[in-house]
Amino acid sequence: MSKISLRVNGATHALDVDTATPLLYILRNDIGLQGPRFGCGLGQCGACTVIINGAAIRSCITPVSTVKGEITTLEGLAKGGTLHPLQQAWIDEQVPQCGFCQNGQIMTAKVLLDKNPNPTDAQIREGMARTLCRCMTYYRIQAAIKRAAKTKTAASQASEQEVVA
Amino acid sequence: MTALANIPKQVAEALDQLDVTTSRRSFLKSAGLLVVGFSATGAANAQAAGPYTDPNYRQLDSWIVIHQDNTATFYVGKTDCGQGTGTAFRQMMSDELDIAYDKTNLIMGSTDVTVDQGGSGGSDAIQTDGWPMRRVAAEARRVLLELAAQRFGTPAGQLAVSQGVITVKADPSKTVTYGELIGGKRFNVTLTGNNINATTGVAKLKTVQELKIVGQSPQRYDIPAKVDGSLKWAVDVKLPGMVHARNVKPPVAGAQLTGIDESSVRGMPGFIKVVSKGNYVAVVCEREEQAIAASRQLKANWRKPAAAPFPSSEDLFKYMRSATPTSSTAPNVVGNPDAALAGAAKVVEAEYDVPFQGHTAIAPAHATADPSNGQLTIYSNDMKSYGMRNGVAEFLKIPREQVRVVWMEGPQGYGRTAADDAGFEAAFLAKEIGRPVRVQWSRHEETAWDTKGPAFTFKIRGGLDGQGKLIALDYNAQAADYNHVGYNEADSVLIAQLFGTRRTPARGSAGAPDELYEIPNRRLASQVVSLPLIWETPLRTGNLRDPNGPQVAFASESFMDEMAAAAKADPVEFRLKLLAAGTMDDAGFRRARSIAVIKAAAQAYGWDTRSSPKPVATGNILTGRGIAHSFRSQTVVAEIAEVEVNRTTGHVWVKRLVCAHDCGLVINPEGVRRTIEGAMLHSLSRALHEEVMFDTEKVTSIDWNSHPSLTHADAPATIDIVLVNGDPHPNRPDLPHYGAGEAACKPTLAAVGNAIYDATGVRLRRVPFRDKRVLAALQTARV
Repeated sequence: MSKISLRVNGATHALDVDTATPLLYILRNDIGLQGPRFGCGLGQCGACTVIINGAAIRSCITPVSTVKGEITTLEGLAKGGTLHPLQQAWIDEQVPQCGFCQNGQIMTAKVLLDKNPNPTDAQIREGMARTLCRCMTYYRIQAAIKRAAKTKTAASQASEQEVVA
Repeated sequence: MTALANIPKQVAEALDQLDVTTSRRSFLKSAGLLVVGFSATGAANAQAAGPYTDPNYRQLDSWIVIHQDNTATFYVGKTDCGQGTGTAFRQMMSDELDIAYDKTNLIMGSTDVTVDQGGSGGSDAIQTDGWPMRRVAAEARRVLLELAAQRFGTPAGQLAVSQGVITVKADPSKTVTYGELIGGKRFNVTLTGNNINATTGVAKLKTVQELKIVGQSPQRYDIPAKVDGSLKWAVDVKLPGMVHARNVKPPVAGAQLTGIDESSVRGMPGFIKVVSKGNYVAVVCEREEQAIAASRQLKANWRKPAAAPFPSSEDLFKYMRSATPTSSTAPNVVGNPDAALAGAAKVVEAEYDVPFQGHTAIAPAHATADPSNGQLTIYSNDMKSYGMRNGVAEFLKIPREQVRVVWMEGPQGYGRTAADDAGFEAAFLAKEIGRPVRVQWSRHEETAWDTKGPAFTFKIRGGLDGQGKLIALDYNAQAADYNHVGYNEADSVLIAQLFGTRRTPARGSAGAPDELYEIPNRRLASQVVSLPLIWETPLRTGNLRDPNGPQVAFASESFMDEMAAAAKADPVEFRLKLLAAGTMDDAGFRRARSIAVIKAAAQAYGWDTRSSPKPVATGNILTGRGIAHSFRSQTVVAEIAEVEVNRTTGHVWVKRLVCAHDCGLVINPEGVRRTIEGAMLHSLSRALHEEVMFDTEKVTSIDWNSHPSLTHADAPATIDIVLVNGDPHPNRPDLPHYGAGEAACKPTLAAVGNAIYDATGVRLRRVPFRDKRVLAALQTARV
C-alpha cells in the first residue's frame, strides 16, 4: 500500500492503496463514484471510460500509479448545475435503454467533440466504434452526438457574437 | 380511514421521505429515483429488519399511496429492463387516477415493498400487468370521488375531477384535492380477483377515448440519473463490512474438483477465505481488486471428464443432425403435405443453421447479499426479483420470510441471464462468511458461462403449383435445448449444479412458425436434441430475448423468400397473397393486422414490386432489400432491411431498417420507437456477428474480441418505424395494449438474409453473416 493523491472532478483525494490497482476500482470503491463502471476489465468495451488530459482513458486497465493529471468522470461533466450539452442531448434523444454503457458513450463522445466539434457521420462511427452497447442504442447515440455538436456550435457562435458586440 | 400503522415499514419510510413537502423541483428529482431500502439515506436504511411479509395485492394501499401534497406513489411488482415500462406504468396509472404524470412516482420490483407481479418477462408488462395497474388506479379514483361526495354532500356523479382536484360541477368554488381527502392515510379498500392479474375494484376503466396521458410521450424518468452519474445501480451497493468475492470456474466443462491449495492465496493482501462446495469455488477478500487477484492465483486441481462434453462449434450442426432427439412434438399437419410435394410443379428444399448465441450482458453478472440480523437481503438487477426470493429461500433452506430481494437497475435483462446465478452465489457466500458479500463475474465467465440461446438446425421443403402458388410446406426444426434452465430455480441455477444437484432435466423446446399464411398442405415438426454434457455446462440454454423467435423466423421467413424467388414473385406480394388467401381471422385480428403491417412497411420503404434477386450489378458495392414478417403473441411486425454488400471483403452493412409494428394501444410512442430500434439492432447483432465458439473442452468465446457484437460502425444510417396499430376497429373502447419488448427481434435475421440474396443472388442459410462467411459464399457462387 502506498499513499497517493488523485485529482478527480476538481477535488483532491488522499488515498492509501496498492498502486498497481486499476484506476476504476479506486474511483468506484474508494472515492465512491458511480459514473465509470466495470464492463470487461480488458479495455474492450469502454464502460469504464474517464477523461485524463483530454484523452478517453479506459480506467479498468489503467494502473493508478500511471495516472498523471486531473481525472474527469461522468459526474464531473455538468458545470454549475447545468448538464453538458452531450448529457442534455442524451436526454433529448432519449438515448439509453438499460443505460449501463452510457458512461462510456458520453465520455468517448465528449473527447470526440472536443477534438472535432463538427464530426461527419463517418468520423462519429469511427470515433465511437470501440465503445459497445448491448442494448444497441447506437443509432440514437449518433443522433445525440450530432444534436450536441449543433448545440455547441450554436453556443460558441453566440458567445463569439457577444465578444464582437 | 386509519393512520399509517398497517402499511409496510418500507412504504411508510418512502412516505416519510416524500411527505416532507418540498419544492416541486426536489420532488421531481426524487421521482422515480427512490429505491426503497437503498436511497439517499444509504446503507442504514438498507437494514430494514425482517421478517418480510408479502404485500397483499388485494389491498388498494399496497398499490397506491396519496400524499398530503397531492402527489401519488405507485407500487408495482415489475422491473424495467430499460424499455421504459416504468414510465408507461406511471402514465397508465396517472391517467386512470386522474392525476398529472409529473405528480407521481413509481416504485417497483422489491419483494418486501411491492406486490408480486413476477418482475419482467415475456413482453407482458403492458399486455398483462398493465391491466391490474389501471384497475387499481381507477378504483382509487372512485374511492376519492366517494370521499368528496361525502364531504360536499353531493352525489359523486355531480363531481368533476382533473389532475387530482375534485370540483362540484354546480359550484366550482367547492374543490378538494386528493391529498386533502386522504393524504398520508390508508384507503383501507379491499380488492378482488383470484390472482394478481385479475386484481380489480368495482370502478370501470376509462375508454380509450377518455385516456389523455396514455398516448403521450413523456420522457423516461430514469434517464437523467443515467446520464449524470447519480443513479445507484445494483453494482454500486456498498454496505458496512462488505467483502468481495470472485468465482473460480472449472477450466474444462464437466471437470471435477480434486483439490484446492489454499496456501497459494493465503498470504495475499485482504484474503479472507476460499469457499468451496462440490465443484463450486469462490475466493473472498476485503477489497475487489484483491478478490480478482486471488481468484487468478488460486491453485485448484481439476480432473477432466472422461468423455468430451460437446462437439466443437465447427462440428455442431453435423452433430445435431445425426443426434437422436430427446423429445419430439407431435407434428402439426394440415392436408397431405407428402402427396402435395410429390405432385408439385416445383419443389425447393433448404437447410438453415443458427449457432448458440449468448446474452453477454455489457456488465458481467453481479449481486450483493447482506445476512445482517438473521435475515437475507439480496441487491440484484435480476428481472425476476420475486422468483429470486423464492428460489434463494428454497436453495438455502431458510423461510422465505427471511429473504427479500431489492431490485436495482443493471445491465440488460433480456431473458434468463446469469444475474440469476450471481444472486444465488451472493446469498450462499453471505451465509458462509457472515458478512455482506458482493460477487461479480469476470468478462470471461460472463461470455463463456452465461446461459445461451439454443442452437437450431432446420430442414424445410416447399412445393409450388403450376401458377407459382405455395401448396405444400414441410418444416422440421431441431434445437439443442435439452435441460433448458428456468428462472431462479433452486435446482438448476449454476451454483446448484456445481454443488451436484441433479433435477429431472427440463425437456426444452424447438419452435415452429405461426404466421397466418394460408398453405393447404403443411407439416410443422420439431425436436430437441442434447449435447453430451447436460450438467455444469457453459452451454446451458435459457431464455434469450424472444426465445427461439429469431432462430425460427430466420429459417421460416428466409424460406418464404426462397419460395417467392422460385415462383418469380415479388416477396411482399407473395406474402400478402398467402395471408389474404385465408378467410378466417383470429380474435386478435392478426391476419388483418399482418396484412396491414406488411403493406405499411412496403409503403414506408418505397418498395418497388419485382422478384428477387435483382440482376447482379457491376461495381464493388451490391445493394438489395429484403422483407420478413412475424408476430409474437398479439404484436405483429414487418421489417425491411436494405443492405450494402462489399464484393471484395464480404462485409455487409445494413444501411436502412424499416419496421411496421402493431402492438395495439400505444402507451408511449417515443418509448415504443426506442424499444423497437433496440430490438431490431439486437437481432442485427445476432444476424451479423454473434456466435458462441467452443472446442471439445470449453467455450472459446470469452470476451469482445472472441465474441464480437454490433458496434457503432454497423448502425444503420436510417431507421424508419411506423406504429401501425392496424386494429380493424381502431375506435373500439377496449383497444388492448400489447407487448413491444421482443416482437421486433424476430424478423430481422431473415430480412437481412433476404436483402443479401436480393443484392447478390446468394442465399445465406447460416448466421452470423460475418465477412469471411459472406465472402466465401460470394466466391463459391462466382459473384
